[in-house]
Amino acid sequence: MTTMTVGTPVDKKRLGQTPLERQEGRFRRSLKRHSTPYLLGLVGIVWLLLLFVIPLISGLAVSLMTGNPEQGYTLTWNWSVYYDVFFNSGVSYGLFLWRALWYAAAATLVTIIIGFPMAYFIAFRVSQRWKNALLLLVALSFFVSFVIRTDMWAFVLSDQGPVLTVLRDLHLAGKDFHILGTSAAVIGGMAYNDLAFMVLPLYVALERIDPRLIEASADLYGNKTRTFTRVVLPLTRSGLFAGILLVFIDSAGDPVNASLLGGTHTYVIGQAIQDAYLTNQQYNVAAALSTVLMIVLGIILFVYARIAGTDNIEDLV
Amino acid sequence: MTPSPDPSLWRGLTQQRISRRTMLKGVLGGVGVAALGSTLAGCSIPGSLGSQNEVKVDWTKFWSDQKPTTKLNFANWPLYIDQDKGKYPSLQAFTKKTGIAVNYQPVIQNNAPFYATVSPLLRAHEDTGYDIVVMTNGWELTEMISNGFVIELDHSKLPNFAKYGAANVKNPPYDPANKHSVVWQTGFTGIAYNTKLITREINSLQDLLDPAFKGHVGMMNDNTELGSLGLLATGVEPTKSTPADWQKAAAWLTKQRDSGQVAGYYDQSYIDKLSNGDTWITQAWSGDVFQAIAGGNKHLKFVIPQEGVMLWHDNMMIPMQAQNPLSALSWMNFYYTPEIAGMVADYVNYVCPVPGARDYILHELRDPVVANSPLVFPNEATDEKLHNFYVFKNYDDYEEWNKVFNPVIQS
Repeated sequence: MTTMTVGTPVDKKRLGQTPLERQEGRFRRSLKRHSTPYLLGLVGIVWLLLLFVIPLISGLAVSLMTGNPEQGYTLTWNWSVYYDVFFNSGVSYGLFLWRALWYAAAATLVTIIIGFPMAYFIAFRVSQRWKNALLLLVALSFFVSFVIRTDMWAFVLSDQGPVLTVLRDLHLAGKDFHILGTSAAVIGGMAYNDLAFMVLPLYVALERIDPRLIEASADLYGNKTRTFTRVVLPLTRSGLFAGILLVFIDSAGDPVNASLLGGTHTYVIGQAIQDAYLTNQQYNVAAALSTVLMIVLGIILFVYARIAGTDNIEDLV
Repeated sequence: MTPSPDPSLWRGLTQQRISRRTMLKGVLGGVGVAALGSTLAGCSIPGSLGSQNEVKVDWTKFWSDQKPTTKLNFANWPLYIDQDKGKYPSLQAFTKKTGIAVNYQPVIQNNAPFYATVSPLLRAHEDTGYDIVVMTNGWELTEMISNGFVIELDHSKLPNFAKYGAANVKNPPYDPANKHSVVWQTGFTGIAYNTKLITREINSLQDLLDPAFKGHVGMMNDNTELGSLGLLATGVEPTKSTPADWQKAAAWLTKQRDSGQVAGYYDQSYIDKLSNGDTWITQAWSGDVFQAIAGGNKHLKFVIPQEGVMLWHDNMMIPMQAQNPLSALSWMNFYYTPEIAGMVADYVNYVCPVPGARDYILHELRDPVVANSPLVFPNEATDEKLHNFYVFKNYDDYEEWNKVFNPVIQS
């Protein structure tokens, strides 16, 4: 039987020390051991504190202020701002919020419809040597600034631009037909800009699927449709979740697509926040709107996560 | 001797381990404290009102203390100075004569966002990085002056302004005696259209309601411009308008929007939309249309509708804490000569603040089109059609205006 010093090999020398000394050493060691995870997490914690928690709290504080740009804003715990912006402001912020959510949902759906076959193709139908090149192509649009890419679409789709001119010359579109300024243009812009955010996580999920599972399904008399719905789709659930998360959140708060590709009835909450802050200097209104947007997005994603499940999500994110 | 169990098992049995939950608790506790701190620290945002007026500045002493510098940072609007192959000839002439290098930055897209960008700096008594800024007479310019955000000009160093400046740019109502500003350019806000796509004559603001142009009308997203057009269209003189008139004007604009006439509410980009054919008819600034025509878009036309046009002034000012105020003054003085003002006016085609520049453009630059244009050197017939902006009495007044006209743009 050996004497047990917990966690470390027996140290003969230490046995000769006074109990007090031994106690202190033990305390220090235990402190070290306890603090290790904290120390490891320190950078992350500081990051979250500085760039997430503090802005969040200060945003909330600003939304509860009252005043105007001339007199300044003071914190008066004015909770009623959350009611007033939606019901007493004369500007239909509720509509803009609703519109942003439906645009984002539509854009997410479009990216799934386009992105799933793309990711599937790259993961299963392409030889190894082309995979990296194709993935690079997916991400290639990020080499150009987001605003310039969107503005180029505004040029391409403009009434006298290449697309509509050709369509009109072929008598496929009437004189009054236009693309810019419609909801479809805004949704299309969002889907275009965020496509890679859907394709890449889906690719990662699809890439992990063991092809033998698909063969096994075929052996068990599963036809192609059933193999896809019962084997492939469930196994990509985590990739789909990550993609939806990235595309939906990004699109819901985005002011750029709506302002460059939209028209008179495509105003979204992102533009409203920008205008409240930059044009009207209504800091409290801007802060209240962004807090509401964040909470609404949080609720939607929480509900979605509860329904769809998030297992394996940590593998990807 | 009994086999000793794995030490890690012992550790697990005897010592409390850090569970995810305790870890989370610790983190949340830290966050809570930090959050409380930040809340208490940042519980107000200072207002702009008089924030730089607290200290009375002795301007005579201020100017006599200044040392000449060799730099000038000039913030202006896009396409608002003469250009030649990416260079600015008037600024080059200035550098040649004075040795002051000009860092010209066309960064101002609209008054409100520009004011929102610089005002927090000025409120905190910090340098904006600009020695000259150009802003339109309106709410933001009035704020700049009343908050003490701009340096008072030393007119003894601006002899050319007194000598060559036009009568209509001296002693304007928004800045008596030109204490803080001198005009850069003056212009009109009227309507412009594409003669290829609209063949009939346009002469009224009511033409903006013509169903033939459905979905192809451009309007401005600057609510002062938009609201003023609404007032003119409903037959109200903007300077004498009341909130009830504003409501009527907003109703006119809303009706125009909801009948599907309006393609969009644009910033400076409206002129691209017009020249590439997205919009057929648009609310427009006179000089932009002239520049577009000079740039090859021969099918564009600017008209002064029978209801009238809005007259505005863009003004050069020196923001507080500017690093090179003497350079700024010396540019202003240099600009107010027939040669330099003529060079700029011949390119930008707005109303020139130096009437003497007309002879220079006619005889030296040999450009009779610009020299004889009533939109660059207005005649009496044009003068009758000019209207000034409504002057806001205070912030509440301005907020009322925003409340009436913002919902038109935000839809």
